[in-house]
Amino acid sequence: MLEIRFHGRGGQGTVVAAKIIAEAVLNSGRGQCLAIPEFGVERRGAPVLAYARISEKPIRVRSRIYEPDAVVLLDPAFAASPAVTAGLKPDGLVIVNSELPRETLAARWPGRRVIAVPARRIALTHGLGTPASPLVNTAICGALCAILSLADWPALEQAVREAVPAAVERNLAATREAFEVFREAARAAR
Amino acid sequence: MKKVLMGNHAAALGAALARVDVAAAYPITPQTQSVELLAELAAKGDFKGRFVLADSEHSAMSILLGAASVGARTFTSTSSHGLAYMHELLHWVAGARLPVVMVEVNRALAAPWNLWTDQTDSLSQRDTGWMQFYCATSQEVLDTVLQAYRVAERVRLPAMVVLDGFTLSHTYEPVDVPSQAAADAFLPPYQPPDILDPARPISLGGLTMPKEYFRLRRRIDHDMRRALGEIAAAGRDFQTQFGRGCGLVEDYRCEDAATILVTAGAVGSTAQEAVDSLRAEGLRAGCLRLRVFRPFPTQALRACLPPRARLAVVDRSYSPGASGIFFQEIKAALYPSRREIAGYVAGLGGGDITVEFLRDIWRDADAGRAVADDPAWVEDAR
Repeated sequence: MLEIRFHGRGGQGTVVAAKIIAEAVLNSGRGQCLAIPEFGVERRGAPVLAYARISEKPIRVRSRIYEPDAVVLLDPAFAASPAVTAGLKPDGLVIVNSELPRETLAARWPGRRVIAVPARRIALTHGLGTPASPLVNTAICGALCAILSLADWPALEQAVREAVPAAVERNLAATREAFEVFREAARAAR
Repeated sequence: MKKVLMGNHAAALGAALARVDVAAAYPITPQTQSVELLAELAAKGDFKGRFVLADSEHSAMSILLGAASVGARTFTSTSSHGLAYMHELLHWVAGARLPVVMVEVNRALAAPWNLWTDQTDSLSQRDTGWMQFYCATSQEVLDTVLQAYRVAERVRLPAMVVLDGFTLSHTYEPVDVPSQAAADAFLPPYQPPDILDPARPISLGGLTMPKEYFRLRRRIDHDMRRALGEIAAAGRDFQTQFGRGCGLVEDYRCEDAATILVTAGAVGSTAQEAVDSLRAEGLRAGCLRLRVFRPFPTQALRACLPPRARLAVVDRSYSPGASGIFFQEIKAALYPSRREIAGYVAGLGGGDITVEFLRDIWRDADAGRAVADDPAWVEDAR
């Protein structure tokens, strides 16, 4: 069982990101997945949580996730909040939308495995959102699928096509760019 | 074909696959997407029935009362205050013996304002004469909508298909969506026995004297009991055709259990995980989920309980001054009995019910600490 918690803001597509991951896992035939939104009153800009629970076996647990294997920060401003690492497993992973150098980020979460995804830059390159409000969810999904080996490209591509409401080709380009970068990084690490 | 769907979408697709003639609804959190998807399918021409966005839940059910009276297959969905607002019409529809099917997404009632899951809304409609099914997965939501039409049309009583707000309604998971041909093979077209028709005038629901009223009420009870067999048969046939299905209750590792967690809804799924983890420690745990609440499955419940097993009934509902609602019903169904039955009220207003929390409840009941008459109000310490 792999459990992921997403920290985003209303309007950033945080829940859509969790849904894309669920769909990609299903499409890849690698297992089952639940995408669970944190249940509140949706307001643009307010902190939003979503979860993804992935398993090779049927998933019966239907509660929220309290001890994630990975946390994903769609907004780098959350880095200052202790809530983002609450309950994170000791060897858990912090995946953050950031262009800061790895060392700077590693210093923020001492002892944690931290991966920076330049999702904002990738999103803006492909014309997704504005500098003040970039739409980073699809780039984050691309990186996440590569980093955690959740799905192959065709499975992810299909998931993005199903999930995004507009600008499908630009979203796919952003997803692909992040997916390729982190697949290369994962290969190099091996 | 497997698709990643939220529970609300599974509900709407179930209605579309049932070839509903008239759907009337009013959106309310957390049921909203079931209405949105039906409206979208209707706009695209994929839902061939008539979709009516009503001005209120009271109107939605009134529209269905009329539509079903002229022989239409009808659908609606609602939650919480929307259901409460329909209350009067629920009696009208059941009394008129109209097989309306409604999807009810559990949400707590105000005051104070709350959006999250709580079964008190649907359970407080217990005595309206509607069948009630409680689902544990979104797959079960879709499958149960199809089964509910079949049963409702055979016993001529309405049915409520209930799912947990957010926990199921908004959670995305893979759902196997049957083809239209497969759905048609399971659910034949509705053939109403007698309908309002200007060519053959009849009157429905007019003033009725006590003797006839009493006899008509007795028939409702008779047919509600008959529905137990019809629900079980629909589940078996569904299993034969689709390879998955549910009965009146779902028991898990109960055969030799010392203490059994009793739940309804999505908690029943989490409870199986709790049981496995307790079993891994050598403890004799089991769980039982009531899928059907009305008609109450007394015999099916008794049949899967070992003679001396303790019961820990976990209720996400409460009747003030009494106890959790499933707790009351289960005690009544098992009377007379020397069995220890403990009631736990948990997760009202959307409090999360986790594996660890269920383990704590199980241990408490297994130690015999709970007092049988008073329910324990329990909160997750974590």
